[in-house]
Amino acid sequence: MKEIVVISGKGGTGKTTLTASLAALYKNKIIADCDVDAADLHLLLDPDIQKTTEFKSGVEAVIDKDICTACGKCREVCKYDAISPDYVVNKIDCEGCAVCYFFCPDNAITLRERHCGEWYLSETRFGPFIHARLGIAEENSGKLVSLIRRQAKLLAEERGFDTILVDGSPGIGCPVISSITASTLVVVVTEPTVSGIHDMERVFGLARHFKIPAVVVINKVDLNEEMARTIESSAEEHETPVIGRISYDPIVTRAMVEGKTVVEYSNNSVTKEIREIGKEILQRIK
Amino acid sequence: MVIAIASGKGGTGKTTIATNLARILEDRSVTLLDCDVEEPNCHLFLKPIIEKERTFKTFIPVVDLEVCTFCGKCSELCQFGSIVTIKKNVLVFPELCHGCEGCKLICPVGAISDGNKEIGTINHGYSGKIKIIYGRLRIGEAMSPPLIQEVKRLGLSESRQDITIIDAPPGTSCPVIEAVKGSDFILLVTEPTPFGLHDLKLAVEMVKVLNIPFGVAINRSTTGDRNVWQYCKQNAVPILLDIPDDREIATAYSRGELIVQSLPHYREHFETLYEKVKITMKSFEEVSS
Repeated sequence: MKEIVVISGKGGTGKTTLTASLAALYKNKIIADCDVDAADLHLLLDPDIQKTTEFKSGVEAVIDKDICTACGKCREVCKYDAISPDYVVNKIDCEGCAVCYFFCPDNAITLRERHCGEWYLSETRFGPFIHARLGIAEENSGKLVSLIRRQAKLLAEERGFDTILVDGSPGIGCPVISSITASTLVVVVTEPTVSGIHDMERVFGLARHFKIPAVVVINKVDLNEEMARTIESSAEEHETPVIGRISYDPIVTRAMVEGKTVVEYSNNSVTKEIREIGKEILQRIK
Repeated sequence: MVIAIASGKGGTGKTTIATNLARILEDRSVTLLDCDVEEPNCHLFLKPIIEKERTFKTFIPVVDLEVCTFCGKCSELCQFGSIVTIKKNVLVFPELCHGCEGCKLICPVGAISDGNKEIGTINHGYSGKIKIIYGRLRIGEAMSPPLIQEVKRLGLSESRQDITIIDAPPGTSCPVIEAVKGSDFILLVTEPTPFGLHDLKLAVEMVKVLNIPFGVAINRSTTGDRNVWQYCKQNAVPILLDIPDDREIATAYSRGELIVQSLPHYREHFETLYEKVKITMKSFEEVSS
């Protein structure tokens, strides 16, 4: 199974725009959106949801007021200040560590399974699509990402496909780590800005840490040619090939507004650049 | 006054607004806390002189196998699978540990003591009169909230200054909550595209859960469509800042320059922002009282 994961470090560099176009270009693959925190790919893929499954992960503590003697033990042992002076657990602060449950002398605390969101199995005009929605202010995004990847793999096996295309999330933390571990290739989308370069280098570090090959795509390359060259030399230093450059073009935003991928919407130089990147990625995972 | 700058979608301009606002308010003694510890960028624009850098460590258990009776209570308590008892051994998985210290508390023979793992660094510095503190998560470390919490603890306790600006990470999950909770005001940055609007709606839901006064900043406002304005109008969400899609801004940003310095005609946008935040806060108070 080949897994291509599109990430960026910095947000808003064009991960989802590129992933959506690759989804339009590639055949016989499963599409997965692992940016569970601010998932946007579905806005372009217009999924027909076939199955919705609740995502439960971890626990949250609940205090039974009738049993509670207000002894203060739970507040003393909670490292997250999640229990108020009148003994109500703040769901946002509760980490689900269960320490209060184990230490309550009156067994007034129960642990409730946490509903963290839901995930979907969908059909789209570009093929099957696994995506999710993490609940607002929820935790366990890494576990939801792992679940999506697992489901995508199962579905790929079922359909006899050998490629999974994954849209990742920004940053280098929990959901990103879960998105890239043991994948085939990481595609780093960056932009020629000081933050783009800074964040790209952090992602290189992450890919190296988990021993996953990475390639770079420079988006909006003509925004700052000098910075684009700095990216190229940084990529070379990190032995990470730059496999494509995408020019700045208002057509990209217009396509998004129309709910279409760039390669569907237009057939100009940007489309050509994206097509070439698509081919290059396939070459690399062969 | 603590103002958090957040957004559902990444790359909408949180850092641009946080850094330019800090520069404009410089004379009113301002602290900027970069809580996007996975990808901190404020220092690239403010170029602070760093006064100190220190590592930040969180708890992980250290088990004394000479004392341990292998009763398994620690493993039974741990919800994260980070301490596992197997016959005559106890394995600790630091990357899974959430630092609750439950294992240490429950151990009947006191075999568990404080160990630590380094999860990142915290830098303190000044850019002109702006005090800046930023965290930097160690590469490969999954959990950023403890580091964000520490940046805020240091920033909010060390200074009795007038204004604190928090640059939050993108999204709506635990790192964002950690960064914005306890703020007096949240400015949600968006762009007028379908992605921008979709993620703005998520961010608004998040802010409502936290019950903090908020307003919206629309960046690159001359691109995309008008749906963000429509949404804000329908939901009575105040728009406090509007920055046009200007190639000059994008170029200045790409070089690590501040708009208020490179393109002074935009100063007014940021000068009025703080006043608008105060007015919006007041109207929130009136509505809730």
